[in-house]
Amino acid sequence: MSETPETPEPQQPRIGVDEWVASAEERRRQGLGTRIEDAFGRTPPVVKLLALVIPFAVYPLFVDSEYLMQVGIDTLIFVLLALGLNVAVGWVGLLDLGFVAFFGLGAYLYAAVASEYAGRHWEAQFAIPLIAIAVAAVGFVVGLPSRRLVGDYLAIVTLFFLQLWLVILVNASFTRGPNGISDIYPLEFFGRQVTSLDGYFYVALIAFVLIISFLYLLNQSRTGRAWRAVREDELASELMTMPVNRLKLLAFAVGAGVAGIAGAIFAPVQGAVFPASFDLVLLITVYAMVVLGGAGNLLGVTVGAVLINASLEALRDANNASWLFFSVIVIALLMLVRPRWLPVAILAGTVAFGLVVHEVAEQLRPSLVEGATFGGTRIDELAEQWVLLPEGAIGPDGLPAGALARLAYLGLVAAVLGLTLVRSRLWRSIGVVPVLYLAACVWENLLLAQPAVARFVLIGAMLVALMAYRPQGLFGRQRVEIV
Amino acid sequence: MDWDKLVQLIVNGLTLGSVYALVALGFSMVYGILKLLNLAHGDVLMVGAFIGWGVLGWLGGAQDPSVAVWLLIVLMVLVAMVGCGFLGVAIERFAYRPLRRAPRIAPLISALGVSFFIQNSVLLLFGANFRSYEAIDLVDVEVGIHWGPLNVWILRVVVFASAAAMMIGLWILVTRTKLGKAMRATAFDREAAAMMGIDVDRVIVKTFFIGSALAGAAGVLVGLVFGQINHFMGFNYGLKGFTAAVVGGIGSIPGAMFGGLFIGLAEAFSVGYIEDFTRGRLGSAFSDLVVFLILVLFMLLRPQGIFGKPDVKKV
Repeated sequence: MSETPETPEPQQPRIGVDEWVASAEERRRQGLGTRIEDAFGRTPPVVKLLALVIPFAVYPLFVDSEYLMQVGIDTLIFVLLALGLNVAVGWVGLLDLGFVAFFGLGAYLYAAVASEYAGRHWEAQFAIPLIAIAVAAVGFVVGLPSRRLVGDYLAIVTLFFLQLWLVILVNASFTRGPNGISDIYPLEFFGRQVTSLDGYFYVALIAFVLIISFLYLLNQSRTGRAWRAVREDELASELMTMPVNRLKLLAFAVGAGVAGIAGAIFAPVQGAVFPASFDLVLLITVYAMVVLGGAGNLLGVTVGAVLINASLEALRDANNASWLFFSVIVIALLMLVRPRWLPVAILAGTVAFGLVVHEVAEQLRPSLVEGATFGGTRIDELAEQWVLLPEGAIGPDGLPAGALARLAYLGLVAAVLGLTLVRSRLWRSIGVVPVLYLAACVWENLLLAQPAVARFVLIGAMLVALMAYRPQGLFGRQRVEIV
Repeated sequence: MDWDKLVQLIVNGLTLGSVYALVALGFSMVYGILKLLNLAHGDVLMVGAFIGWGVLGWLGGAQDPSVAVWLLIVLMVLVAMVGCGFLGVAIERFAYRPLRRAPRIAPLISALGVSFFIQNSVLLLFGANFRSYEAIDLVDVEVGIHWGPLNVWILRVVVFASAAAMMIGLWILVTRTKLGKAMRATAFDREAAAMMGIDVDRVIVKTFFIGSALAGAAGVLVGLVFGQINHFMGFNYGLKGFTAAVVGGIGSIPGAMFGGLFIGLAEAFSVGYIEDFTRGRLGSAFSDLVVFLILVLFMLLRPQGIFGKPDVKKV
């Protein structure tokens, strides 16, 4: 449509498609959220970096359990990984499926220069930069075969590279196979060894500050602008004489180098490296971090990594997983559903619906409510009076013992998918009540029995849902483009 | 020269290759029509293998089947095909269709999520243990073709024959029927096809159904011949299927068939001979290395694959 008859003023330029896109900024909703966003945009980057680093820096002061320190270090390593993956995925739009192989390569290279097995102990100030360069070089070489092709082929080559990497780790003699290399020396800077967990935490934090600053400056540079241009339109940027293939390979190599640094910190923290640490599960977790925060946004990626790793840790344990699960559902409802009374009505309806179903089931078939939940929180105790817990539906190993639990799970998946197809708001609001109840039943019965698996199911579902409903993630800004 | 071993490797390679070819076909069809790497395709195969296993158990198990063996196998394959077909349609509807106009990377990430979701759902419902079809109880190993050095278990013949039959059927469908014409038109230019009155969405749905059904059949065939299935098996078959599609020429049906057989044979030969060639330094697990090198060589020397046409960019 080139004409819009509703704009009578002839002195103003007629709004065509291009101008509509160009003026997207002016049409943003004026509200608190927008004002926060604008204020955020005006904040100098150094202040933002400090705001990001200070909570991390004081974390060890408030934490005295070894487990939480370990989680803190893992989180920082995940942040590094997410920042590295963001270069290829967020800035250039390449699907790099071999990313965790570079992380593993960094870890194994550290084991090769500083372990009893290797018989060497290089100091970290030499080892880490050298490892970063070596891994970046490997990344460059892996990316080479697909240099003439669209990004899709890169996905296959890198996925195969990951598979090959795992085959080599498990089967080659110099990596000691599945047993891994377990006598890795700690990091040593200028003759001083890092011995405590706090020390490793601060090493990871310093690496984080250096890397995020480096990436920020890189993104502001000519190269960074060229990367984003390649992401938006490869053909156009090639016609503007940008060396598209070299830019892609560079992004790939930079990401790999960051992963290598993360690996070189990971190995001495663990004291051992095993092939099983660098698998597809890790890869998809890092993807979830990048996508949740907002691919292409350094702050978003960092926050995404922290959120996902904290949630995964919380979900690992059936004793506190329910808090997270139910509060996320309630918060999501409150945030996404308008008008404001509607989510309250839905929640009240779900509670009432559950009470009725529970009562009816108890009268008709008492065996349907005689099972026990696997959860250990107050919520689970309450839920026992509310959800259906069929006796014997879940075996002692946590797997479904009969068809009932499996059918309930498949039914839940089908119901959630079906609900997204309902257009009418009334029917959707009514339909969501039994679906929520079914979700609570499946959660208490099946998912809590295997929280370690259930959390990855949720990650997979989250990735699909994010891509469909909010591809820009939590922090990214919606893309407006000419179609 | 050890002829028995050579013949055995060829048989193994053709069996494996026909499975890869089925995976590559579905993958290649979807790529041709949507320009989308369906990374969840291997997991559809895995679900097919589990459906076949479920049907087998439901009909009495391998030791004591309640129907004739040939009927049992036909039923397993058919149910898996229909089930996986609908799974593929659901994946398209919910994970890919909302992203038709999104940047290229969005559906790929969505596909990663689907793959992860399916894998972990199966892990949740069936556990991490390997399951076995125990097909040796179903059909005795001795039953088959015995002719000179050629000793082939009948199930391997069945796998090869049914894969070949499905490929011929698909070939006829694509070249001789109206749906095939619509599919080719959509693959060639989606917008032009829509303007000619082709319901593009329906063509895409049917393509997904057919491609996923082929993967489901491949899953059952894998279970019958190679025995063990688990939630992670789709990764390997998906990866080799993608490789076969790329080597054969992505988007081309004869290319997928040929690429599948080629990769299957290459893998079987490298499993058989890599130890002799490297004087025991590399074990048979390194056959993946050979397949990877083939993939890299093709990318460097003939990126459009054996049967593909060079990719010309349109502006």
